Amino acid sequence: MAFLEIDGLKKRFGNVEILKGIDVELEKGGFLVLVGPSGCGKSTLLNTIAGLEQITEGEIRVDGRAINDLHPSKRDIAMVFQSYALYPNMTVAGNISFGMEMRGVPADERQKAIDKVAKVLQIGHLLQRKPSQLSGGQRQRVAMGRALVRDPKLFLFDEPLSNLDAKLRVDMRIEIKRLHATTGTTIVYVTHDQIEAMTLATKIAVMRDGEVQQFGTPAEIYNNPTNLFVADFMGSPAMNLIPATIATSGNALSVVLQREQREPITLPMANAPAGLSEFQGKPIIFGVRPEALTDPEGAERNASNIATADLHIEVVEPAGSDTFAVTNLGGKPVVARLRADANIQPGTRTPLAFNLTKAVFFDPTTENRIR
Amino acid sequence: MSAVATPARQASSGISSKTLNRVVIYGLLALFALFYLMPLFVMLVTSFKTMDEIQNGNMLSLPHAPTFAPWIKAWSEVCSGLTCVGMKGYFWNSIKMVVPAVLISTLLGALNGYVLTKWRFRGHTLVFAMMLFACFIPFQSVLLPMATILGSLGRFGVTLQNATGFNFGLGNSTVNLVFVHVVYGLGFTTLFFRNYYEAFPTELIKAAQVDGASFFQIFRRIMLPNSLPIIVVTVIYQFTNIWNDFLFASAYAGSGDVMPMTVALNNVVNTSTGVVEYNVNMAAAMIAALPTLIVYIVAGRYFVRGLMAGAVKG
Repeated sequence: MAFLEIDGLKKRFGNVEILKGIDVELEKGGFLVLVGPSGCGKSTLLNTIAGLEQITEGEIRVDGRAINDLHPSKRDIAMVFQSYALYPNMTVAGNISFGMEMRGVPADERQKAIDKVAKVLQIGHLLQRKPSQLSGGQRQRVAMGRALVRDPKLFLFDEPLSNLDAKLRVDMRIEIKRLHATTGTTIVYVTHDQIEAMTLATKIAVMRDGEVQQFGTPAEIYNNPTNLFVADFMGSPAMNLIPATIATSGNALSVVLQREQREPITLPMANAPAGLSEFQGKPIIFGVRPEALTDPEGAERNASNIATADLHIEVVEPAGSDTFAVTNLGGKPVVARLRADANIQPGTRTPLAFNLTKAVFFDPTTENRIR
Repeated sequence: MSAVATPARQASSGISSKTLNRVVIYGLLALFALFYLMPLFVMLVTSFKTMDEIQNGNMLSLPHAPTFAPWIKAWSEVCSGLTCVGMKGYFWNSIKMVVPAVLISTLLGALNGYVLTKWRFRGHTLVFAMMLFACFIPFQSVLLPMATILGSLGRFGVTLQNATGFNFGLGNSTVNLVFVHVVYGLGFTTLFFRNYYEAFPTELIKAAQVDGASFFQIFRRIMLPNSLPIIVVTVIYQFTNIWNDFLFASAYAGSGDVMPMTVALNNVVNTSTGVVEYNVNMAAAMIAALPTLIVYIVAGRYFVRGLMAGAVKG
């Protein structure tokens, strides 16, 4: 039995269904990231777990106990808010111990707990300051300290890094990951940043319009997206989703990609997914991640199915660690990811290798994956 | 800075027109300040003069031989109607009315604002709109209905007196005035606090809920300590209004030794026993005005800050 179980959860505001039946599970010590565009219901879902929003239908269980009718303070959870929500009138120590004070923990125990948490988060020197005297990163630490001190069964993070600048965000991301590794706590984390989702999670739930589109490990989500939305949302730069058709050459299937003013490219498929044979002569969406479209020398040596084609390079973006080349296929810009030192010029025709083992196919009408 | 970048002639003409602007602006400001401060100045100097000096001297001149006698007389001897016991009793009447009325209306306003923004219920906008409407009702229109209500409360007080031997203050003029001012002030205090709490981060309340704080614990530990600017604004506003109120005071406590300061002052000035003692009248008026002046001087900085609150994220 999983540690956190969310079962057929529905949430309605009047006639509007915000959450349309969510089923998610998380093992003890797991790190679940709820990710999706704004308005997808991820924060609402987190608030229902916290008890700050009532649910209309379904059940939330933590460690086998249904908690959906309990008051937030009785759920044995702690929450880190987007704005940190530190009480401005209290010192850092007061902020951290407020929850314990409300639960009637004696003063000397509170002090011990504060000291312990301050040590873990290295905020000992800040304890007597007010939140207004702290930097963004320090406030973030205090907010985590306030959650940590409760030693709850479940940690809830609501976009905790979105108010930090880019560099600090990376530092705090590592910090959170380290914290999770050392304390072994169970965490539910909401973000709209798919890199945070990929790097932190043991399980990701990709959400859209109040529904979970796909639920799985980061690798599953990244490599085996179940539909067009997940494929498009996860990964940066995003996956190339190219309109294509399926043709038969001999007894093997091949993907045909249109090019501007030149004859189409035909990529022969060595081991096409079984479902693809039904799409012969029909349009499909061909999905290939930028790292699976690269210079022939940089292509994966042991990939079984590599097809090379000459492509017209429109734009070259050297990013330092990689070089991105933009070409045009099927009427859409397509990004290829090359080695940093790749010798490539815009306006030229360059051979690029498609790693078709990593390619995925989608039905353009249902937007579902063709397997 | 711009003078450096522009040619010399332009710069000099720019400076002179700028100076002229300043002179006009400060001149007008000084004129208005003089206009507003003159009556206060006349009151103040007159209250320290003897009657001889007032009758023979210039109204604006400083007192030749400053005396505290008019103040002492105003405080403890001046006649209001037929009773000649000074203003002190009426001063305390006003204090006894204004302190509870301000505290209760401010506290209730804060509570209303808290509920109307952070614990919203179906129809909260309607409730707020109705409370706002209370701000626009003219005082005169409620005089009679309120008198009826106060009369009923007084009769209920008598019933309680007979039944329990204690009337719980019902029927007492000061209690009546406190009641009237709390009811009347509630619209304004609710408006102030609701607008302040509207911008108050809701995540703080959520965090406190997760921390296990109850409705009133959140109010007392989170909301109130972070409301100082708006509390000061409300207190100044309510204090000034209630202290200066004449209409309700004269209608519901207009005679005898229960009169508040404003009514008593009016009676003092209207009492004609021979010569009009301007110096004593002025001293009495100063005594009546002092508390509001002090409140402004002590808390005025916060008043301006409070009016600006919300413009800048604190």
